[in-house]
Amino acid sequence: MNKGRIIINKNRFSLTIERLCHQLIEEFDDFENTCLVGIQERGVMLSDRIYKRLIDITGFDDIQYGKLDITFYRDDFRQRSKPLAPSHTEMNFLVENKKVVLIDDVLYTGRTVQAALSALSDFGRPKSVELLVLVDRRFNRHLPIQADFKGITVDALDEEYVKVAWSNQSGEDQILLYPDKKSME
Amino acid sequence: MAGIQQLSTKHLLGIKYLKTEDIRLIFDTALNFKEVINRPIKKVPSLRDITIANLFFENSTRTRISFELAEKRLSADVVNFSASSSSVKKGETLLDTVNNILSMKVDMVVMRHPAPGAPHFLSQHIDVNIINAGDGTHEHPTQALLDAFSMEEKVGNLKGKHVAIFGDILHSRVALSNIFCLQKLGAKVIVCGPPTLIPKHIHKLGVGVEYDVKKALAWCDIANILRIQLERQDIKYFPSLREYSQYFGINKSLLQQLDKQILIMHPGPINRGVEISSDVADSDHSIILQQVENGVAIRMAILFLLAARKSEARQQGL
Repeated sequence: MNKGRIIINKNRFSLTIERLCHQLIEEFDDFENTCLVGIQERGVMLSDRIYKRLIDITGFDDIQYGKLDITFYRDDFRQRSKPLAPSHTEMNFLVENKKVVLIDDVLYTGRTVQAALSALSDFGRPKSVELLVLVDRRFNRHLPIQADFKGITVDALDEEYVKVAWSNQSGEDQILLYPDKKSME
Repeated sequence: MAGIQQLSTKHLLGIKYLKTEDIRLIFDTALNFKEVINRPIKKVPSLRDITIANLFFENSTRTRISFELAEKRLSADVVNFSASSSSVKKGETLLDTVNNILSMKVDMVVMRHPAPGAPHFLSQHIDVNIINAGDGTHEHPTQALLDAFSMEEKVGNLKGKHVAIFGDILHSRVALSNIFCLQKLGAKVIVCGPPTLIPKHIHKLGVGVEYDVKKALAWCDIANILRIQLERQDIKYFPSLREYSQYFGINKSLLQQLDKQILIMHPGPINRGVEISSDVADSDHSIILQQVENGVAIRMAILFLLAARKSEARQQGL
């Protein structure tokens, strides 16, 4: 285990979540015909947080919220060195004609989002899809995919690794930058 | 995630060659596929670059449709082959037939064959993943997996649970695979049927034998009832079907005599009125149709997990 460099600490972290929630409220008003969809597994950590906070702020308890597993939709599942373990999909509604906010923790190559978009299409034809991420790694995108709402933009080298740590998993909310993936493990 | 993330084997030839962790991994994955097949759009693109040949050298409805649906719901390309309409009739050997099909670039083979060990033989000669969909009287691994999966869905973890397998144990590949699978999951297994249809040395597998249906039913939590396989019986093993059904058929009055509810299973096809009466087959205790539903999810999980392994071999240049 090595120490990564903290790029967002606990206080800024909660401010960022707060800002993202308010941006969503500004954009979607009363969340009518709108649904939040978190991408399993790490995106769901963020979407859970945002969903709860939105209810706290707005008092709406009927915002539609689903969790989407994209393992079966990845185009690289047969080329990865480590096999992927699927998680559960919990989508008890269709996205047909709805405004969808897709939520993931880190946007990097864009391949996860691409897979999520094709997974989403199996639940109907959404009216629109917008993307919310906590971290946007600007460089090394493989696909023309951009976030509509972002917590922080990080310029990191390709071999570096950005990790979002959650208080309910690792004790403290923070975003860390590691020199490479190995040093994190 | 706890447990393993990939299967320890390249082929699914039989439950005998699986580890308990493999079975758990298949169940965990099948749970996710069960969610997929209950969606309005029941299809995912995982295996879109894979071609699968279904080679059925023996008749089948359920297993074949189940495999084909599983393959299609994973977006694989599928070719079907049945012995009755093929060059096998003209005298081609198994290996020649399969090699010809493989030279058309097939990635996986699902095979049912009347000869026990046919998939093992193939696995020594060809490179692609092989899934045994039943080989003679030997094994039928996907059936055992879906049976155990369906049991766990109803009664929870099988550790310490009592399972009785009724019927034609001697000719049943389902029985053997079930025994291996249930024992690996910690269940206690007995078999029950006429002495002529119980293999002589079955106790060596750690399986109890009971010739009295009432006693077997009283002991078990789950009854898995198998079909009398007349097509494999070259001699008479019992006087008549009527007599068999009187002594070994499971009917409502037998179940009503029990002071508990047991789960009734049957891998199909059912011979109504022989090994199981209609009122039992259609009762609330019976999960025969759930078994069929779970069959697709289990087969999707197996295809998916074997495909994931294959790519790894390709990366290492194997």
